[in-house]
Amino acid sequence: MGVKRTYEEINEKIRKGQAVVVTAEEVIGIVEEKGVEKAAQEIDVVTTGTFGPMCSSGVFLNFGHSNPRIKMQKVWLNGVEAYAGIAAVDAYLGATQLPENDPENKVFPGRFSYGGGHVIHDLVAGKEIRLEAISYGTDCYPRKKIDTVITLKDINEAILFNPRNAYQNYNCAVNLSDRTLYTYMGILKPRLGNASYSTSGQLSPLFNDPYYRTIGVGTRIFLGGGVGYVAWHGTQHNPNVPRNELGIPMGGAGTLAVIGDLKQMKPEWLVGASLLGYGASLIVGIGIPIPILDVEMMRFVSVKDEDIVCPIVDYSEGYPYCKPGNLGYVNFKELKSGQITIEGKKVTTTPLSSYPKARQIAEILKEWIKNGQFELTAPVLKLPSAGDPVVINSLPERDVNGRNGRRW
Amino acid sequence: MYKSRVVCFFSEAQSEQPIIYRLVKDYNLVINILKADINPRKEGYLVVELSGNREDYDSGIGFLKDLGVRVEPLSQTVVWQEENCVQCGACASFCPTGALAIDRSTMEISFDNSKCVVCGMCLDCCPTRAMTVHFNIGAPL
Repeated sequence: MGVKRTYEEINEKIRKGQAVVVTAEEVIGIVEEKGVEKAAQEIDVVTTGTFGPMCSSGVFLNFGHSNPRIKMQKVWLNGVEAYAGIAAVDAYLGATQLPENDPENKVFPGRFSYGGGHVIHDLVAGKEIRLEAISYGTDCYPRKKIDTVITLKDINEAILFNPRNAYQNYNCAVNLSDRTLYTYMGILKPRLGNASYSTSGQLSPLFNDPYYRTIGVGTRIFLGGGVGYVAWHGTQHNPNVPRNELGIPMGGAGTLAVIGDLKQMKPEWLVGASLLGYGASLIVGIGIPIPILDVEMMRFVSVKDEDIVCPIVDYSEGYPYCKPGNLGYVNFKELKSGQITIEGKKVTTTPLSSYPKARQIAEILKEWIKNGQFELTAPVLKLPSAGDPVVINSLPERDVNGRNGRRW
Repeated sequence: MYKSRVVCFFSEAQSEQPIIYRLVKDYNLVINILKADINPRKEGYLVVELSGNREDYDSGIGFLKDLGVRVEPLSQTVVWQEENCVQCGACASFCPTGALAIDRSTMEISFDNSKCVVCGMCLDCCPTRAMTVHFNIGAPL
């Protein structure tokens, strides 16, 4: 148990171009060959990656002032509304927002070809975006309407701020009913026609630091092709779910809120998504470096797909109507094989998160660290971990007098 | 056994006739309808795979032409826009013929157009709409 490293020692090696960095996929073979202790002595940093649809994403924008000035009350970007209930020319564009007059699910299943996530992708790609805004007019902001065209270069700030990304584990979704379902987990064919999952497994950031020892507020990360930071724990962050003997949560657990300057990100790592019958979203690329502070961290990063299990959940009744229980557990090696067995039936698996792109992110981050352009940061605040008093509540439905509150 | 994929364009008068039934019954052809659409004016098209012996196939096509149906060969119908593909692999589990397949060692997706039957499932399940359908129509048969 002799290995101890500090962030400063690791950064010193990064600055000298001497840091030993491998991806979370490469490290598995190294640990199998050399053992945890030896691997911990040799390796300084392990890089992770994930690239999947993350609906809780969006961007804060400051458009700059027009003459005469306008206090933008309602704002649309390519017809997609951004929330403008903040200062005069600030707005927040969310990934799942749809254009005005989108047919939605009126002809089911809706196509959701364009939404907030697509606008964010177009912004990052440097495309021209139509900006429309209206207001009621004030003495200091007399203008009531503006209709113009902007690009990412023109506007003052564009700050990607995603309140919930990089879910640590998630359900494997199936459909027990007799009709096809269109969900945020993609299309689910009837009678266990397929099983959908969304994670990069052994490459996924929070599976490699299951108790959030090194990933915390202030951690510098790869975000959307640029550099970003962990801003806080994500919404619905729940460290207190059951864990297996390796400490890996056996269902949706930790989440991250992340932030970064959109202007230095790249369109190939922020891609608009259209989920048939469900809505629009944004596929976000995130990579997080894990410093090998000691042998325990090396043990964590050596996690393999077969060590990680997730619950199989029915999306016809179980998920939408909050029915407890599941159809058992499945590990990621089985999911990645293309076929799993549920209740004796062979079921084809449908990935939604891109494993090849996750690997590419871990590779890019590895190169950044190796060539000295990316140093590691120690968390300035720890995320709540297992045993901390975090409870996820359901929404109570109370009557108008606030009585008879019930939770499911 | 001869097999060919064709697009049949028809007008209102033809769309009200049992064309497929006649092809099966009178010309002994095996028909796999890959895609079909009729607009409100009752004009439309059928993308079909026809198989049977060559003689039956030719007389079946002749029958369609005599009815006034425009018959054109189909090629390169579904296009994989690789630059829009994020390699998630969702499409492969819906592809009935394995034209879209995942290499399990790398988890990378590939598309073999020759196996594609233009069912269109991949167009629906691709979150980045990287699969598009193109009617690349050659000279009339």
